[in-house]
Amino acid sequence: MDRPMENPVLSVRNLQIVLDNGGSPIQITDDVSFSIGRGEVLALVGESGSGKSVTALALMQLLAQNLKIARGEILLQTQSGSSVDIAKLGTRGKAIEAIRGARMGMIFQEPMSSFSPIHTIGAQIAEVVQIHESVSRQAARKRASDLLGQVGIPDPVGALDRYPAEFSGGMRQRAMIARALVCGPELLIADEPTTALDVTIQGQILELLRNLKKNLGMAILFITHDLGIVAQMADRVAVMYSGSIVESGPVREIFRNPTHPYTRALLEAVPRLGDLDRGRRIQPISGSMPNIYAVPPGCRFHPRCPVAQLPRCSDFAPPVFSKGEHVVACIHGERAFGP
Amino acid sequence: MSELLKVSNLSVKFPKLGKGFWAKPSGYVSAVDDVSFTIRQGETLGLVGESGSGKTTLGLSILLGVRPTSGRVHLRIGDQDIDLTGLSKHELRRARRHMQMIFQDPYASLNPRMTVRDIIAEPLIAGISDKRKLTRAEIDQRVAEVAEQCGLSRDQMKRFPHAFSGGQRQRIAIARALVLNPSLVVCDEPISSLDVSIQAQILNLLAELQTRLGLTYLFIAHDLAAVAYVCDRVAVMYLGQIVEMGRTRDVYYEPRHPYTEALMSAVPEPDPDAVTQPILLEGERPDPAHPPSGCRFHTRCVYATGICKTEVPMLRELSDGHSAACHHAATLKLRGARDLRSPAK
Amino acid sequence: MKRGNILLPAFFRGKRAEKIRRPDLASQWQLMWWKFRKHKLAMVGMVLLGFFVLMALFAEFISPYPPYERNPAYVAGAPMGIHFFEEDGTFHLRPFVYGNKAQRDPITLRMKFVTDTSQIWKLQLFAHGKPYKLLGFIPSDLHLFGTDKGFVHLFGTDFTGLDIFSRTVHATRASLGVAIIGVSVSFLLGAAIGGAAGYFGGALDSFIMRFIEFIRSIPTLPLWLALAAALPRDWSPLATYVAITIILSLLGWTWLARTVRSKLLATRKEDFVLSARLSGCSDFRIIHRHLLPSFISYLIVDVSIAFPEILLAETSLSFLGLGLREPVESWGVLLFAAQSIRAIDQAPWLMIPGVFVIIAVLAFNFVGDGLRDAADPYAR
Repeated sequence: MDRPMENPVLSVRNLQIVLDNGGSPIQITDDVSFSIGRGEVLALVGESGSGKSVTALALMQLLAQNLKIARGEILLQTQSGSSVDIAKLGTRGKAIEAIRGARMGMIFQEPMSSFSPIHTIGAQIAEVVQIHESVSRQAARKRASDLLGQVGIPDPVGALDRYPAEFSGGMRQRAMIARALVCGPELLIADEPTTALDVTIQGQILELLRNLKKNLGMAILFITHDLGIVAQMADRVAVMYSGSIVESGPVREIFRNPTHPYTRALLEAVPRLGDLDRGRRIQPISGSMPNIYAVPPGCRFHPRCPVAQLPRCSDFAPPVFSKGEHVVACIHGERAFGP
Repeated sequence: MSELLKVSNLSVKFPKLGKGFWAKPSGYVSAVDDVSFTIRQGETLGLVGESGSGKTTLGLSILLGVRPTSGRVHLRIGDQDIDLTGLSKHELRRARRHMQMIFQDPYASLNPRMTVRDIIAEPLIAGISDKRKLTRAEIDQRVAEVAEQCGLSRDQMKRFPHAFSGGQRQRIAIARALVLNPSLVVCDEPISSLDVSIQAQILNLLAELQTRLGLTYLFIAHDLAAVAYVCDRVAVMYLGQIVEMGRTRDVYYEPRHPYTEALMSAVPEPDPDAVTQPILLEGERPDPAHPPSGCRFHTRCVYATGICKTEVPMLRELSDGHSAACHHAATLKLRGARDLRSPAK
Repeated sequence: MKRGNILLPAFFRGKRAEKIRRPDLASQWQLMWWKFRKHKLAMVGMVLLGFFVLMALFAEFISPYPPYERNPAYVAGAPMGIHFFEEDGTFHLRPFVYGNKAQRDPITLRMKFVTDTSQIWKLQLFAHGKPYKLLGFIPSDLHLFGTDKGFVHLFGTDFTGLDIFSRTVHATRASLGVAIIGVSVSFLLGAAIGGAAGYFGGALDSFIMRFIEFIRSIPTLPLWLALAAALPRDWSPLATYVAITIILSLLGWTWLARTVRSKLLATRKEDFVLSARLSGCSDFRIIHRHLLPSFISYLIVDVSIAFPEILLAETSLSFLGLGLREPVESWGVLLFAAQSIRAIDQAPWLMIPGVFVIIAVLAFNFVGDGLRDAADPYAR
């Protein structure tokens, strides 16, 4: 479900994640494929239950006990072209630990719960430094304060000895970004990093991420449900629904020519600040995302789709069409993209 | 249109516990500081602000869920203006049927051990309706009626909340709030916990119910776009005070307070060609326990001058229905939501 | 997927239906039961407890002899083994025990009982024996097992010829009875006092908390011993029974009170409680409809922990001679009789009731573990 790219930093192919709760395994994601180019921002858009967070955790082999990667590849590639398949690495061991935190970093939605409350920020960041590089404690502390300064925390040296609870939400998020940057990762996975923040602080964090991307040449997988953030941050977009990617492509293309009915419906359903004069009505999508125990056959979106064509959409998996970099999994793609 | 709700000089202060064995209070935190406004019948007033602005506390104190430290809340019941702050405990319980609340977290606001039918019926059963107790059949009928208005089906009544999605739970919460036919409904961030596609459903439902049932809403939210969609008027709060208030269109497109301008600029527009230019505020939001002197926003305001540090600005009416609390409101040329989204050249 | 399958409680569903279990449609108790079932040890514990309850209820039926009937032909006798094969290899379908002959040991001059393989006493199921009243009102003379001739003492006899097996089975009643009554009283006290502290808060809460801390700081064993020793010796056994139970529960309620209080304080802040208040619910309704059900499962866990504590406490007191006394018999009272060197040397089987105590305590602990895991199915 993706066009091959030249020398991407991460390449995910046909990833399938299942939930094993004693009975027969239940599919969480199905045949997910996407690539992230060097230094670019890919936005993974979806609502809760779409499987986007689970996919992100799978990339770092951080899935919970009862979730497993059933199929697929997660290829992390170096500049020279050699790659390692993360899906084969298992959740423990030297191989994955050399990647986690070093070549790939991750930041989460809730910074308070990803820091230990009883250790100082400085200690926690320095710890990461020392795990991946053999340096002295002083050197690690220096690196930590440099990083804190880089992410815009005032008085970085003093901040080293403060506890997470002493920071505001925005500052904690910056500290979390600093910790993810310790080894200069090629890819940063950001799972809804600004959802819990005030809108003015969110602006600051997004600005910070944009600058880091520019200065460090770091790629970002930005997971969000906020289309505004997608429009402002992303180079490319992948839209997920109920465990599979339904549409992907460059950001302008997706916003100007949304082809999949779900993408179109999402764009119609979001109120916009400039709306007051145009008197635009938002169009909700009826129904809700199917729960994993009761997935509809055929195209998973068809029960809610305003342009579904039965029995084609209910009996068969949707076909994939593409035009340039714009890919869509829907029968209407044929007409939209032309022969 | 008559006034339904009138809030006058409302303050809610929480004691700050000092150190020491007896932990005597050493000063107060003003969650809500001297707030006044009115809401007309059938209108929707939006209350926006970020965390620490006091908007949730204000919403709760209007319903007397939290007792205000000072000030008055007048609610029009029938043809009388009742001062809620002066009622006895029993009278207050009886007055509650006219004002209800919808909470933010649909997972925490429904008792997970009760069926949907019982949850919706509870206000009826709690005995604050008229003198006589309602029969089971009457209760069921009323529950079915309001559930249907909120888009819930009959066979969902017997289930438990955990069988439902966030959006459906919010419908249950709305049905519960409406079962007694209140005149005022306080919506505290009713859509923030929901998915984007479901937010639209609930927003449309709330709008539809307002028209159908003649409701009046106080809509508390931090999502500026959603507020723009449903609200007639908007009040912007910062650190416990209202800094600007007026018709939605006026406040959004012609703000008169620097904080409002900063807020408008920070909301990302879902259009890759509309490049927002966020005004990045300096510093962090001050600790509500130690608010800055003078204008509380001066520490982060890009337009602040000397007077802002020393004198507290009053909420002054600048044009028809549009007021702002800023010393420089008359002279500042601020940019609104539309100006801040210029198409890329 | 038939709707009927989904709506039937888990107990009645077949294995096939398990594969399509729908957690989104289950009630709180169903969710708890599913989680509990996964805990193997807890299920074992539950089965064991079931056996104990049956033993207590049907003691007269299960034991072959009344607990007060002495057998002069077999005094201080060892447990008699059940055999299927005779010494010469003959197989009997029906199990049997060997007879005994009394013999005087030439060196110690003590009476010993030697197995006489020439006597075969067959075991019968549902044998007729001494009449009794089942559950106190149904007359019957059926016993679970007995012999056609002779006698069978599975756990041996004591120095006066009383059957240990029968006595142990009957003692289940007193032991479990004290535990149940004690836990119930603790529960009521703890819930009421803790509930008042948690709901009303303020000065009442502070006072109750200091009071609880005071009680908890008193060393329990000396206090029990003192209170038990202070009981007048001439009270009827029943009065002593009740008094011991009350003493044990008076000190045990503090833990429950603290749990109830802290859970109340936490649940009070939940949105659905606030919503109930804003809907005009009275305090009483909020407590019994919203607060109580939310932590009833934790209370069950605490109760299951309190059981073994009270059981062990009563056993210890009785073992020391300060708790229950004859003729009211609990396992502890039976163990009291096993205390001498003579008993340990000549009749060590007198300590078998101790094994029952161990098994009962373990069973309660396993069940408690399982309950604790299953306690909050809504924890996110």
